[in-house]
Amino acid sequence: MTLHLAVALDGAGWHPAAWRESPADVFSARHWAGLVAEAEQGLLDFVTIEDALGLQSTLPDAPDDRNDQVRGRFDAVLLAARLAPLTSRIGLVPTATTTHTEPFHVAIGIATLDHVSQGRAGWRPQISPRASEARHFGRREFPPLDLVLNRPGGVDLSGDPHVRDLFAEAADAVEVARRLWDSWEDDAEIRDLATGRFIDRDKLHYADFAGRFFSVKGPSITPRPPQGQPVVTALAHARLPYEFAASSADIVYVTPHSAEQARDIVEEIRGLSAELKIFADLVVFLGEDAARRKARLDELDGAELVSDAAIFTGTVRELADLLLEWRRAGIQGFRLRPGALPYDLAQIARGLTVELRERGVFRHEYEAATLRGLLGLPRPASRYADLS
Amino acid sequence: MTRKQVHLAAHFPGVNNTTVWTDPRSGSQIDFASFVHLARTAERGKLDFFFLAEGLRLRELKGRIHDLDVAGRPEALTVLGALAAVTDRLGLAGTVNATFNEPYELARRLSTLDHLSEGRAGWNVVTTSDAFTGENFRRGGFLNRADRYKRAGEFLRLARELWDSWHPDAIAADPETGTFVRPGAIGTVEHSGEHFTVQGRFTLPRSPQGRPVIIQAGDSDEGREFAAANADVIFTPHGKLEDGKRFYADVKRRLAKYGREPHQLKIMPGVTFALGDTEEDAAENAAYIRCQQVGPQTATAFLEQVWGRDMSAYDPEGPLPDVEPDLSEGVSQGRVPIKDRGDVAAKWRALAEEKGLSIRELVIEVTGRQTFIGTPETVARLIDEHVQADAADGFILVPHLTPGGLDEFVDRVVPLLQERGAFRTDYTGTTLRDHLELS
Ligand SMILES: Cc1cc2nc3c(=O)[nH]c(=O)nc-3n(C[C@H](O)[C@H](O)[C@H](O)COP(=O)(O)O)c2cc1C
Repeated sequence: MTLHLAVALDGAGWHPAAWRESPADVFSARHWAGLVAEAEQGLLDFVTIEDALGLQSTLPDAPDDRNDQVRGRFDAVLLAARLAPLTSRIGLVPTATTTHTEPFHVAIGIATLDHVSQGRAGWRPQISPRASEARHFGRREFPPLDLVLNRPGGVDLSGDPHVRDLFAEAADAVEVARRLWDSWEDDAEIRDLATGRFIDRDKLHYADFAGRFFSVKGPSITPRPPQGQPVVTALAHARLPYEFAASSADIVYVTPHSAEQARDIVEEIRGLSAELKIFADLVVFLGEDAARRKARLDELDGAELVSDAAIFTGTVRELADLLLEWRRAGIQGFRLRPGALPYDLAQIARGLTVELRERGVFRHEYEAATLRGLLGLPRPASRYADLS
Repeated sequence: MTRKQVHLAAHFPGVNNTTVWTDPRSGSQIDFASFVHLARTAERGKLDFFFLAEGLRLRELKGRIHDLDVAGRPEALTVLGALAAVTDRLGLAGTVNATFNEPYELARRLSTLDHLSEGRAGWNVVTTSDAFTGENFRRGGFLNRADRYKRAGEFLRLARELWDSWHPDAIAADPETGTFVRPGAIGTVEHSGEHFTVQGRFTLPRSPQGRPVIIQAGDSDEGREFAAANADVIFTPHGKLEDGKRFYADVKRRLAKYGREPHQLKIMPGVTFALGDTEEDAAENAAYIRCQQVGPQTATAFLEQVWGRDMSAYDPEGPLPDVEPDLSEGVSQGRVPIKDRGDVAAKWRALAEEKGLSIRELVIEVTGRQTFIGTPETVARLIDEHVQADAADGFILVPHLTPGGLDEFVDRVVPLLQERGAFRTDYTGTTLRDHLELS
């Protein structure tokens, strides 16, 4: 069975000094088009695109005044849409926050991404606990966040009632999205000349969602997406987000720092869900001189790179060894975060994939036209289908 | 002096009965290929922009989802983002509601579209705020009709503050000095108003156009005032010559109050058209399209919207029945309501009696006949005349077929407009502002 391989795209790469090694215009479509083309050449399952409703910062809950790191990001859903016509097989998984957005808009945005990509859309719902981001909306007051979340293994905020609410809201947002995606049955459009009806209204359904944070009537204004339901993915570091992923997502990204940790995390998640696909995140610097490259970037940045995910430096052969070891611990796929773009992405797409293929664990060609197809996820029937 | 230039836009066919789906040539309203076809046709014709409408809840009639018209649309900005990849010059304008969105997020999405299209983004600011639509959103129907444009005005002011908050040269991205953002180049927005309190930094550098092109499509006095103060383009229903001249004069007159020049606001009525090789062919084609647009069930549905009651018992091919309209509550939701239904019903009855029309013939007679009917020569002449007579600065073309409804116009009418010296033969600029002569 093929190992699932995704890459996480962000700015010039995951090292904050990466832009200094290989200057690229991160605010041009061309930069992103090149990256996603490279990933597709490598037959990767999908790319994710990072996003947030606030500027990148080294501080826990305020913009910093660092001038030496990439600041600024595109809306990830629109960026993914911009890339869709330039690609034909690779999945496109943008991040969209559930905290301040309208669940209806996000649901139709992702459905539309699925239409324009002909079935290659995913979504990474993300919460935003920051008071500084809440002030961009001025509708809710959040307590200030005093922890830097970016530390090895991530931070467990499960005990914080504010964060618990945000995850509960995220779960509601995903539930609403799934109901809206289902709200048009596949054959709702009938174009019946005899009766003059374009749609069969019995095959359109109200979502009728009413929860603690919002209510949404439905149906969607957008017909059912090609995949039925685009693929929902979630990054999780602790019990609460594991529960969120188990109840709401198709794929979870976890951040073990060893095979043992991977095994423990898999065991914990399998206690919550048998179906959820478990991917591990890794920041990767690849090549013979990977360690030196990373050290140089650390020096430029003035600090050693820290990440929630484990940081790997080494050759693609060594990385393949590690992936297979973690695979034996129950990890089904990997979301690699290239340390520097485009270099480490090219190493993945042209080197790692070849290495894995030689070991018989990676595809020789795309075997499906949809993201669900690549991931071996069935296309779900609409939940309303047998009601009408 | 050069001739006043015509501006043209392509409206993706919408979800009312203008769009004919019963025709064998009618394609998908949702497949991306349909959007690509229309956008590429528009770009081939050197049109100013491509336009998408929005409706955030499926329409209902008599408490049930309206099933006679095309339904099902994408999220506008997401499709435009994708179209940016398959077009080079065409402006990309989307309708997005100011009532059911938040400025920080929407400003960011529009800025993203402007970056990703290299300066081709446009935003049609609409203010529909009924509680029916509100049922799909966090706040529900929270806004009075009277406050819609106040909120929209503040929304836009705040969006501008956000778009302007990064210094134009903010990005240095200089690996030598290690400076990515120039010190102090990202300003902090502090906004405190009646509708919004927002504090913080925006997440994107200034976009190629600085601000996307602003379009306005309401027709009330407040709507016109909002347009005069804020908009670059008005999308209006006033497409007929005399009516258009009145509207044009009215809106342009309002500009001075805001320190603006007449050319800074382009007036573009939405128009339909029917072409033919001869005038007779065109008239026949127009009548045929009208017949397709108003099928028997659609005729009944129109009648019900005016009469405010169930009329399904009456044969649409038969005479208007002798029943009075129910003026208490409307039966239609998700559309701009019909004003003074009692008067409208009386007029319709008088007309049906005078001309001996069936229900369906009546509805065909009273609802939107095509704006421009004729040979390509005639239509090109009419368009140019309307623009030269200051009844419009151009038009938003609303084809009746998806996705090929603009093909013939682009192939046959556009070249004649070009021959008249009234329309560009190629794009001379790269941004939507350039096309609209706003920059
Ligand atoms: C030509 C035209 C097109 C419009 N298109 C839309 C649309 O796509 N979506 C929408 O929600 N409202 C649309 N509207 C509604 C207006 O933007 C506005 O909300 C409504 O007309 C009420 O405003 P008013 O009182 O100023 O007329 C349109 C209005 C006009 C005149």
